[in-house]
Amino acid sequence: MSSIPEELRYTKDHEWVRESDGPQVVEVGITDYAQGELGDVVFVELPKASVAFKQRDVFGTIEAVKAVSELYSPVAGTILEINKALEQDPALVNRDPYGKGWMVKVKIKDPRELEGLLRADAYAKHVGE
Amino acid sequence: MTTTPETLKRTPLHDVHVALGAKMVPFAGFEMPVTYPSGINSEHRAVREDVGVFDVSHMGEFEITGPDRNAFVQRVTCNDVSALSPGQAQYSGILTKDGTFVDDCLVYRFEDKLMMVVNASNIQKDWDHILDQKAGANVRLRDISDETALLAVQGPKAEALVGQLTSIGVAMVPYYHFAQGKVAGVQCFISRTGYTGEDGFELYCRAADVEKLWHALVGAGRAEPVGLGARDTLRLEAGLPLYGNDIDDTTTPYEAGLAFIVKLEKGAPFTGLEALKHQKLDGVKRRLIGFKVTEPKAIARHDYPVFLDGTQVDVVRSGTVTPTVNAAIGTTYLPADRARAGTKIEIDIRGKMVTAETVKLPFVPHRTKK
Repeated sequence: MSSIPEELRYTKDHEWVRESDGPQVVEVGITDYAQGELGDVVFVELPKASVAFKQRDVFGTIEAVKAVSELYSPVAGTILEINKALEQDPALVNRDPYGKGWMVKVKIKDPRELEGLLRADAYAKHVGE
Repeated sequence: MTTTPETLKRTPLHDVHVALGAKMVPFAGFEMPVTYPSGINSEHRAVREDVGVFDVSHMGEFEITGPDRNAFVQRVTCNDVSALSPGQAQYSGILTKDGTFVDDCLVYRFEDKLMMVVNASNIQKDWDHILDQKAGANVRLRDISDETALLAVQGPKAEALVGQLTSIGVAMVPYYHFAQGKVAGVQCFISRTGYTGEDGFELYCRAADVEKLWHALVGAGRAEPVGLGARDTLRLEAGLPLYGNDIDDTTTPYEAGLAFIVKLEKGAPFTGLEALKHQKLDGVKRRLIGFKVTEPKAIARHDYPVFLDGTQVDVVRSGTVTPTVNAAIGTTYLPADRARAGTKIEIDIRGKMVTAETVKLPFVPHRTKK
């Protein structure tokens, strides 16, 4: 059983979204389930700050020893900050996917998109747990 | 290979892997552990620095008995069976008439029989191919894959671990030799072989006995369980070919840098001999070579296109990131005159061209006991 915190929102592509620093800013990462499926993360390729994405655009790539996976933007918005710690220690995604393994902070364009994301119970069902 | 979950086979240790928290994936028609909770990097390190155990019971085993057994295996493999004494093993190839690989294999010579060990994905194909050549040979062939389990114990501490579980003097078993006896009370063929570049043993036993053997080998202060993921990174670092990637039915042993398994002068005709004689005279047009990606954050994976001087020449055959040095490495076929260390190539990594430089195989020196 992977960890699926109640307070977060999720996508079917296994990203999580946390509201933080005010209502217009969210933190994004990949779920515990996703890191478990990928295995040891080797690097995370993230966009530069101020780049804008539409919902479901590819905003980055995550490579593990045996697998590579795209990262999909859960909401439309502009990158405010990326987690620079992942440059030195990409395995943070494995060790602490909902904490130190966060990937980007996004200034969201349309807060209503958050309502369309999965709640913890729906995501748990999605991954069969 | 496409399989539905219903048709996947399981090794006798399936429930043991699940209980350990292994991630199980379909591989060659089997449900196999790709990693355990400690992860590929940690499992890889355990084998390079300590000792790890792999369940490779999915591998196929054929037993060949009867008066013509040696002549028959001479015919269906390219290495020289007559060079083997009882108690010895050799790496060999099962070839098509064109000299390309049907499979690579190990041949074990016993006093009264031979055993061929083949890739799980090729068991049926190998069996049919070998059976087709049986006409006139007084031999009995038996596919003993299902009743045979196989554990690979690999790493610098493998000898100490296996040695304390058996009265057989395993320290005296040379590389590519084997002994028969009990390990942890389980009757085994104890073979000093492996697929990691490290010293170690492959233990063949009855499927019914393997759980007892596993529990004697695995645990705190003993061996760490290692999955197929680390098996692949370890074998690629060691420059050992994988069927379906580095070798297949379009590539020959000469092209793959495996001339040492082709014995044209062994004094017995074998399937593929004529084609390989010609290829040896003419010289190969391409050769398998290793490469290292020279740009950061780029992993060249299996099937990505490979370019030389702006023209696509091949694809990445095997490609991964080595857990030990965190560098992206791989193999590809290049035109023979360019297949040497220091050639610059380009690899199309999902639409982005990155540079790589060829290096001689292996990437990591072997530490097997000679």
